[in-house]
Amino acid sequence: MELFLHQIFSGLATGAIYAAVALAVVMIFLAIDHFNFAQGEMAMFSTFICWALIDAGLPYWVAFVLTIGISFAGGIAIERILFRPLHAAPVLSHIIAFLGLFFILNNGAGWIWDFTIKPMASPFPEGSISGLIGYHEIGMIGIVLIMLALLYLFFRYTSVGLAMRAAAQNPESAKLCGISVGWMIALGWGMASAIGAVGGILIAPVVFLEPNMMLGILLYGFAAAIVGGITNPAGAVAGGFMVGVLENLVGTYIPFVGSELKLTVALVLIISVLMVKPSGLFGRTTVTRV
Amino acid sequence: MAVMLQVEDLAAYYGPTKVLHGISFTLEEGGITTILGANGAGKTTTLRAVCGMVRATGKVTLAGEAISGLTTESVARRGVAHVPEGRGTFTRLSTEENLRLGAISRRDHDAVEADLERMYNYFPVLRERRLQQAGTLSGGEQQMLAIARALMLRPRLMLLDEPSFGLAPLIVREMFRILRRINEEERVSMLLVEQNAALALDLADTAYLLETGRVAMSGPAKEIVADEQVRRSYLGY
Repeated sequence: MELFLHQIFSGLATGAIYAAVALAVVMIFLAIDHFNFAQGEMAMFSTFICWALIDAGLPYWVAFVLTIGISFAGGIAIERILFRPLHAAPVLSHIIAFLGLFFILNNGAGWIWDFTIKPMASPFPEGSISGLIGYHEIGMIGIVLIMLALLYLFFRYTSVGLAMRAAAQNPESAKLCGISVGWMIALGWGMASAIGAVGGILIAPVVFLEPNMMLGILLYGFAAAIVGGITNPAGAVAGGFMVGVLENLVGTYIPFVGSELKLTVALVLIISVLMVKPSGLFGRTTVTRV
Repeated sequence: MAVMLQVEDLAAYYGPTKVLHGISFTLEEGGITTILGANGAGKTTTLRAVCGMVRATGKVTLAGEAISGLTTESVARRGVAHVPEGRGTFTRLSTEENLRLGAISRRDHDAVEADLERMYNYFPVLRERRLQQAGTLSGGEQQMLAIARALMLRPRLMLLDEPSFGLAPLIVREMFRILRRINEEERVSMLLVEQNAALALDLADTAYLLETGRVAMSGPAKEIVADEQVRRSYLGY
């Protein structure tokens, strides 16, 4: 029983990581209708910026806020420079651009900060509650839930949020309403980049900071987003926690999976959900009348 | 009377194909002009060219200001509300969110709330469907929503693309009654594209007849209605 509880809690903790990444994935998907394969690398790069700022002597939270601002601006810049010229191009061109961005950021980080592992500080105290779940993990879950709440309020109650939803759904009609669709997409990129940055900064103390830190995590993030429903931010977060817990339970209780095949669980999950319920557990199926 | 919309030598292209061959027309402030023509004559393209949705050359002037070459959203922000072909509903958003989107470029928030109320009075059925996903509305309801969404912009000029399309005759009549009321009460100028020539000529004061991207005939709606040729080709009696 103790083992079971322990696995659940540590699953929730890693789940928070996946949830943060999934949230960023969903944000981009809502804006441009594609997966951003470079999402993880963007988050990793942001985390390095945060690490560098702390290393330069800034207090943790100042570096945290600054990094989010820089990532937001960076996300907008990537959209304006790289993806804006491609907006009418076929999907394959986008995928290639995503891959290009992936390698630029991955190698860029390695070139600037080299490939050695760096320890990243946690803003939360060390220790844990009766050995079940650490304070850092609790903080991480809390911050992810706060981000989700803020996003919900933003999309539900602000006119910019409404304009963004409209631009994603029906760009032509949105333009006819006077909405600048191009800037809404750029804003989506900025927000996804900022959310990813928060995720990366929170993940780094757990997995250690290095250019390849997001590789496996992004896969779980995709799985979480797909399980939860790729169009639903709350679903993505729930999906993140579910994937985290499931990964742990399967790794512990199904002997042949162990820790080697854990990553396969994510892939199996992606494929099964896409086959059985493509809109995800909490995704909305659109009703249209023709 | 002042001129609301002046179009001079407007040509439009889909890719390399030229579909409008330099048409010119004028729309008086507070007037209703209709563009008639067979399928493929370039009616929809004319509306799309006016608000920068297709590649076009020529000169478009809105109340004295040149708007040719502007982006679609800039044209909209200058008070041109386009009710597009296919209604342009935001199907996954609620009816009320659709209406609010119509007014999203406005900054006078109190007046927007009042306008929302006004739209529900024009179209009571939309109030009943307020929180319903707009994609689940019937065709007629979605057309009303599209017109109401356009009005939420407080437009100076409305471009209406086949408002009668796919609707039952009774609903069409109701729709045109409301359009006339909007034109009279709110002084909104209208450019109307319609397959139903009889209805359009009844509502409009001026008419242009398009044939394969050129103006074939134009004049006051009353005269066009009386024209033997038009009657045979478009009114069917």
